[in-house]
Amino acid sequence: MTQEQYRQYPDEKGHFGPYGGRYVAETLMPALLELEAAFNRFVPDSEFQAELRVMLHTYAGRPTPLYCARRLSDKLGGAAIYLKREDLLHTGAHKINNTLGQALLAKKMGKTKIIAETGAGQHGVATATAAAYFGMECKVFMGVEDIRRQAPNVKRMELLGATVEPVASGTGTLKDAMNEAMRYWVSAIRDTFYVIGSVAGPHPYPTMVRVFQKIIGEEARAQVMETCGRLPDLLIACVGGGSNAMGLFYPFLNDDVAIMGVEAAGKGVETGKHAATLTAGTTGVLHGSKSYLLQDECGQIREAHSISAGLDYPGVGPEHALLKDLGRITYMSVKDDEALKAFETLCRVEGIIPALESSHAVYCAMTEAKKRSTEDIIMVNLSGRGDKDLGIVAGVDEIKAK
Amino acid sequence: MTRIEKTFDRLAAANEKALVGFITAGDPDTAKSFEIISSMIDNGVDVLELGVPFSDPTADGPVIQRSSARAIKSKMTLGKAKEMVGSIRKKYPDTPVIVFSYYNPIYAYGIENFYGDFVSAGADGVLVVDLPPEESDEMTGKWTGDPLPLIRLVAPTTPDDRMKHIADVSEGFIYMVSKTGVTGSAGLDAQESSGQVARLKQMTRLPVCVGFGISTPADVADMARVADGVVIGSAFERTIENNIEDPDLAGIIGRQTAGYKAATRM
Ligand SMILES: Cc1ncc(COP(=O)(O)O)c(C=O)c1O
Repeated sequence: MTQEQYRQYPDEKGHFGPYGGRYVAETLMPALLELEAAFNRFVPDSEFQAELRVMLHTYAGRPTPLYCARRLSDKLGGAAIYLKREDLLHTGAHKINNTLGQALLAKKMGKTKIIAETGAGQHGVATATAAAYFGMECKVFMGVEDIRRQAPNVKRMELLGATVEPVASGTGTLKDAMNEAMRYWVSAIRDTFYVIGSVAGPHPYPTMVRVFQKIIGEEARAQVMETCGRLPDLLIACVGGGSNAMGLFYPFLNDDVAIMGVEAAGKGVETGKHAATLTAGTTGVLHGSKSYLLQDECGQIREAHSISAGLDYPGVGPEHALLKDLGRITYMSVKDDEALKAFETLCRVEGIIPALESSHAVYCAMTEAKKRSTEDIIMVNLSGRGDKDLGIVAGVDEIKAK
Repeated sequence: MTRIEKTFDRLAAANEKALVGFITAGDPDTAKSFEIISSMIDNGVDVLELGVPFSDPTADGPVIQRSSARAIKSKMTLGKAKEMVGSIRKKYPDTPVIVFSYYNPIYAYGIENFYGDFVSAGADGVLVVDLPPEESDEMTGKWTGDPLPLIRLVAPTTPDDRMKHIADVSEGFIYMVSKTGVTGSAGLDAQESSGQVARLKQMTRLPVCVGFGISTPADVADMARVADGVVIGSAFERTIENNIEDPDLAGIIGRQTAGYKAATRM
């Protein structure tokens, strides 16, 4: 396969090779077709792009810096590590790139109500923020377990005027929040826009979210060319549903650059308590698209586990599934305790408190840097900041102290 | 003639509409589930929709979610559902059985295996909630041999041209979703649903069955006036849930069934 072919997906029905598609109930199909038509009509339009650019610049805080983490690199004694600072965005994560884009599209479509699912709460907060910005009504579905472990974000969403709908079914995590958001959407389909938070879900969501997130990689590419005069040797990002990763990776897919996606290994892939979908999953259909899934032999979805709510999901975006099969991206996984170690290191050495999700990518970068020469450049997507995780980290410290 | 065709012909001759009963296989357990199904058919269910549970039923409301969870807990699988279809076929040679599920369990079972096993067990059709016409070729395209109709759905949101296309590719009967919502949503708007049915009836000669949110004999009577069949699902599961310890659970469901069936006689 020639390199250019990595960016030819999806086909007109939203298939990324054997993955993707639209596996949804008939009630939702007309809404997805309407959304696809609106996406194709409005988003490429220069007026839409100009409006979005202004919002991203003056409101969200783009461009984000590309920061050379010299003390971290020196400490490890290997490749230079550059951090793409999505944690510095308004609301504290890359999620806002996508929610501003989708909310602007919702406005163009004349929708006045938006809903979202959330795991870590970052996408929920970013959606609530976009809703406040546009004066829309907002409802966010969040699992009860995530409400417990990401409490600060629940308060933030409420302050922003959103209603947080607790979801107690299943494991009370991201998967269940998405189930419930889809159920609600069916009943409110005529006036409600569903803002999906990752490159998952039925077509056109995986493509649309990637289109709104690829600004991360476009900026990073220009920035590294400017500061280093060349492309990086390796890109690293964490993968929950896969949006911050696709955002960074997409503009580099046809370049001679190694790419690694980092999944959550939880307590260890061998223990079964993990969220390493691409590493240990099999093909199936969940939440409207075909991709890799954590499931049993009868096709029942398995519980995922990760210390980080944003990675605690038994599925993954279909484009990642394809890029794995094509061998373009290498996927590996990092355990809870390893992510915590990277979290602490980045706090102490660089004065940056990363999200636990992003800490998975940082850990991978730390091990890869040691293996490489000081000439090499590794670029990491620091997808979010860790303020929301202080409770979890404090809880872990308490357990350690006992 | 297929069992589905014979059933609708027989009902038309008797001036009756079809009572389509949905039940989750294996709820609360395999043995009781078979008793419940027998009681439903004995008391007037004309077409059985046998639900095979999925862990993440996004088109279903709380009642069927809980029913699915009970069935998964009792270890119901497609493999066991196939045996159940076989037993139903033996006891009730004329009652059409439609296997109902989400796509993932069928995909995991293997599309060809599913077809082979369920055709030989005596199933008359399949309904896969999350497999719209855009994706269904990947399944039915692998089914060569005896027909196993894929029962298609149309919704209140389905526009005319799309409805026409679905009607054209449909086999067996067409399932008209009566409202925008998940299963078990309360409150049937009989007038609006009747309008939807009329819209679809103009586009097809296949029988049209209406479901979602139908729970009382009065609802059944309203829909039976315009449609060829009426689907009851959550209302049966709710009865199971409320009488789960009752030794006469199958009898209770039977009496409920008879009440609905009476409302289908014109
Ligand atoms: C900071 C951060 N990074 C990463 C993720 C994972 O999502 P994705 O893989 O779509 O980037 C989340 C999700 O909540 C997040 O909050």
